[in-house]
Amino acid sequence: MIKARVTVTLKNGVLDPQGKAIEGALGTLGFSGVGHVRQGKVFDLELNSADRAKAEADLKAMCEKLLANTVIENYAVEIA
Amino acid sequence: MKSAVVLLPGLNRDRDMIAALTKIGGRPPATVWQTDTEIPDVDLIVIPGGFSYGDYLRCGAIAARMPVMRAVAKRAEQGVRVIGVCNGFQILLEAGLLPGVLMRNASLKFVCREVMLEVANPDTVFTRGYRHGQVIRCPVAHHDGNYFTDAETLSRIEGDGRVVFRYAQGTNPNGSLNDIAGIVNGAGNVLGLMPHPENLIEAAHGGTDGRALFESALRCEAA
Repeated sequence: MIKARVTVTLKNGVLDPQGKAIEGALGTLGFSGVGHVRQGKVFDLELNSADRAKAEADLKAMCEKLLANTVIENYAVEIA
Repeated sequence: MKSAVVLLPGLNRDRDMIAALTKIGGRPPATVWQTDTEIPDVDLIVIPGGFSYGDYLRCGAIAARMPVMRAVAKRAEQGVRVIGVCNGFQILLEAGLLPGVLMRNASLKFVCREVMLEVANPDTVFTRGYRHGQVIRCPVAHHDGNYFTDAETLSRIEGDGRVVFRYAQGTNPNGSLNDIAGIVNGAGNVLGLMPHPENLIEAAHGGTDGRALFESALRCEAA
């Protein structure tokens, strides 16, 4: 079995009002000097396969087809 | 003219949409379920609003991958008219039938109110019942209606007159780029819009500004 982690983040230049709100809340809590908070998503997956190359190709296809919206999001695939 | 309404778990504006199409079209629309792989021979397919799949992952993302959406895409390619309202618009974008995305409202708040809409292009099969620049009232109710796309796509859809509705008179409720409220595809037979015209079609609703959209879309002759 292969364990993988997919990280989906907003592309540069895409406004992130949620990140901004989190940034503001951190300031309210007294954490000064926090700038540019961007919110993203993490997916942990288990694949029934031993073929790492195929797993990586499959994971990229999953990102392209569903996990990320590539109009606004980048993705990164990590295989444990 | 025959119509069909797409049903998916979590949609909640389907009854309003069916009522509007029945009232204006003179007969009830067919309904198709998410697992259906064929859509009956109709002239108009409507994807109503709501919260399909609880907005999991991204609004409309899961619904857009259901078998029925492949059938909708096939019909759209054949020239059948398709309207997606609110969550239906989000689903059309996620399915790749329209360009861009609808992000979280800039205010981060769910907005449920009436806005003013400018008819930016009355030369579509959906808007020919309106005049160019006409400003109509329409309710909105959404959390993710903030239209965004890359600069190149934006200039292309603007240049081609594919922005059909804009929020007018400072009523943009969500931070949408260029006040975009509704767009069509390149062929002009697929429309997505955030506001709910189905909720303003009879006097009891407090107005009938949304009626012309369905009257136009349900008219058989070419634009």
